[in-house]
Amino acid sequence: MDTSAIIFYAISAFTLAMGLMAVTSSKIFRSAIWLLLSLVGIAALYFWMQVEFIAAIQIIVYVGGIVVLIIFSIFLTQQAGTKMPKPSLKRMIASALAALFGLFFSFNLINHYGFSNTGSPHFSVSVNDVGTQMLSTTEHGYILPFEVVSMLLLSAMVGCIVIAIKPPEEQPKKDKAELENEHIDIPETVQEYVDATISEPLITTEV
Amino acid sequence: MSTVPLTHILFVSTALFFTGMYGLFTRRNMITILMSVELILNSVNINFVAFNKYLYPQKMEGIFFTIFIITIAAAEAAVAIAIVINLYRTHKSIDVDDATEMKW
Repeated sequence: MDTSAIIFYAISAFTLAMGLMAVTSSKIFRSAIWLLLSLVGIAALYFWMQVEFIAAIQIIVYVGGIVVLIIFSIFLTQQAGTKMPKPSLKRMIASALAALFGLFFSFNLINHYGFSNTGSPHFSVSVNDVGTQMLSTTEHGYILPFEVVSMLLLSAMVGCIVIAIKPPEEQPKKDKAELENEHIDIPETVQEYVDATISEPLITTEV
Repeated sequence: MSTVPLTHILFVSTALFFTGMYGLFTRRNMITILMSVELILNSVNINFVAFNKYLYPQKMEGIFFTIFIITIAAAEAAVAIAIVINLYRTHKSIDVDDATEMKW
């Protein structure tokens, strides 16, 4: 067991411990922070596997993007300090049993499959190669998935705006009323009086 | 580097996957369910990179799949959070047990 292996096991233990805390913590904000640390641990695992480009993407997209988005939505939707109700004991035991069964089943499967253990020492991914193959139109190029995924991102962005936008609060009706008011010939003093008396509750309707 | 066999990396990613699975089963809050889904997607990414590194070191397909999965996970998280915020606006709650209009 050399230094590299020790580093690998340390990173793995850290990642798994943080992931376990993220799914069991009863305070939602702490849960998000544990998730963030777990994702940093996974990025460290990528660094250990010498795929620095993926590690950088992991940190930029997950740690810098998704977790920040999650924390924002936590602040938008509930009080951060409140505790979530604990799941019932029956459900906890059943879930733990299901997860443990799946875990040992998969462990057994992996153990007996017999992968070749020859990790090649010269596995290096340069950003240059990744970019060239990503945008090449030859046989092993990824230009088509690249375009498809860019369309997916665009449509997801538009969809997010459409879903999360605040519904207009009866704005057209108010405009129409104003237009009608303009058509009726009322002396200016009366018009001002009407405008002053129509206060907020008449216009805004509770949705 | 070669002292750690491939199976140990697969063990780590499997454990992470079932940690996320446990969270998916026990949590009732939509944001925490989303967190569990992120853990599951990340464990799959680890698998892709590990297979690429150990079994096909002269190719890069695993790297590309990881990049695309990360992209799609970002889109998925954004849409999910938009839905959560909209649900909170109409129901004042993001508990999955409270959103039962479409339950048949």
